[in-house]
Amino acid sequence: MNAEDLLYCDTHEWVFVSEQDGQKIATVGISAFAVEQLTDLVYMELPSVGTVVTAGKEFGEVESVKAVSPLYSPATGTVTEVNEGLPDNLEILNSDPYEAGWIMKVSVSEDLSDKLLDYTAYQRQCGEAS
Amino acid sequence: MTNAAAQPESNGDVQTALFSWHVEQNARMVDFAGWQMPIQYTSIVQEHEATRNNVTIFDVSHMGRLRFNGDGAGALLDRMLTRSVTDMQVGQVRYSLMCNHDGGILDDVLVYHLETPSGTRYFLLVVNASNLEKIVNWIAAQWPDEAAVELCDRTQETSMLAIQGPNAIATVAPLLSINIGEMKYFRAKVTHQMNKPCIVSRTGYTGEDGVELIIRRDQTDQILQNILAAGRQFGISPAGLGARDTLRLESAMPLYGHELDENTNPLEAGLEFAVSWNDTNGKNRDFIGSEALTEFKKTGIQRQRVGLLTDGKRPAREGYAVFGDGKEVGIITSGTYSPTLEQPIAMAYLPTLYATTGQQLEVDIRGKLTPATVCNLPFYKRI
Repeated sequence: MNAEDLLYCDTHEWVFVSEQDGQKIATVGISAFAVEQLTDLVYMELPSVGTVVTAGKEFGEVESVKAVSPLYSPATGTVTEVNEGLPDNLEILNSDPYEAGWIMKVSVSEDLSDKLLDYTAYQRQCGEAS
Repeated sequence: MTNAAAQPESNGDVQTALFSWHVEQNARMVDFAGWQMPIQYTSIVQEHEATRNNVTIFDVSHMGRLRFNGDGAGALLDRMLTRSVTDMQVGQVRYSLMCNHDGGILDDVLVYHLETPSGTRYFLLVVNASNLEKIVNWIAAQWPDEAAVELCDRTQETSMLAIQGPNAIATVAPLLSINIGEMKYFRAKVTHQMNKPCIVSRTGYTGEDGVELIIRRDQTDQILQNILAAGRQFGISPAGLGARDTLRLESAMPLYGHELDENTNPLEAGLEFAVSWNDTNGKNRDFIGSEALTEFKKTGIQRQRVGLLTDGKRPAREGYAVFGDGKEVGIITSGTYSPTLEQPIAMAYLPTLYATTGQQLEVDIRGKLTPATVCNLPFYKRI
């Protein structure tokens, strides 16, 4: 997936929505900027399949040597799949945050949050933050 | 007291001489005890490993530096510190503690006994940045009448650089007028850098071999460049406070405000080696806190500092509760992921009943009770 085609939370999660058998599926991950800012990742807590996640609410956490950071969902719905291999290979987030580094897939029951940013707006926010 | 301390501003904008250089190196700057300090330049793990395996340079200019001149300096410090100083040789450095009358720790310090090139002897106290103001005020309050002592706060006029790691000695050796390779650990000497006094000590807070330099603030940039040039053959790199914390934690060195505070005594903290009960004549030493500490020694301590290894990958962080036999028995004081051991490590205070090596406990890691085992300290010791 191209970073340019994704939508972003101001909390640095990305989301890509596709159609699968007539069902909207949101794939969620964290941005390259977030990974670069966090550095030294040691742990990630994934939600269980079947968990209901809510847009803007915490669904897991990522932990670095220095600190714990919550992960916020860009979408409301039921978790259909999680990237189970990711927590044991967190370096994937450095090399491929938008493809192999996906975190969870959510069967979307509502429209996505209208607070999501497009790539340009997100880049602008990162520029202001760094 | 003469020449009282220039109080650092407490609004987090005190800069070391190398502030601009840190920013140029893309360091992430944080407020630490009122100072703008680099937390990391690249990654904490990279900076940690570079210190363990090679050589790094730390700007530790935020540490408080107090110079005690005059014939009465030794007697004053003997009264203030848990370990005697009047029996120190010139060139010796000692880890020591300053306690209140209840035996609670006010600060942990390094004492240097030094001699200027002209033969004047003095003591230097390196104190924690967060405690500088408190310590200066505490000493002022204990100041004896007509003491032949002058206290100078040298923190603002000097810088302090730590060069640490197995290649640290080889890096700095060509820059120094003394044979640093022959200097023993915890020794120091007043020497010269560019015709200005420079204190060289074989000390550090990383668990590795290394040196620390105290230099004039206006020479810091030039001396940094000289060190970087001398260390280029090894690939010297800067390291920040983030790596300093993981390095000291692996080496089980306590950090004030975490393992040490005014409600903790040296015996609980496992620092009895830094208490000299008797003077060189075998008589009981009378220092501030000695009565309380003698009592603690007699009755025995209720709790002690221990190391904990937790299962899984999530570090137990400061403030997390430790459980034994289903009830809360202690609190984590510091915890991180250890880059050397490749697993989470933590320190905690536990009742002596639960403080035996191998004791099985649990830590509440954000709602999840995680198995933990008491282990020997330090977690890491260089060979």
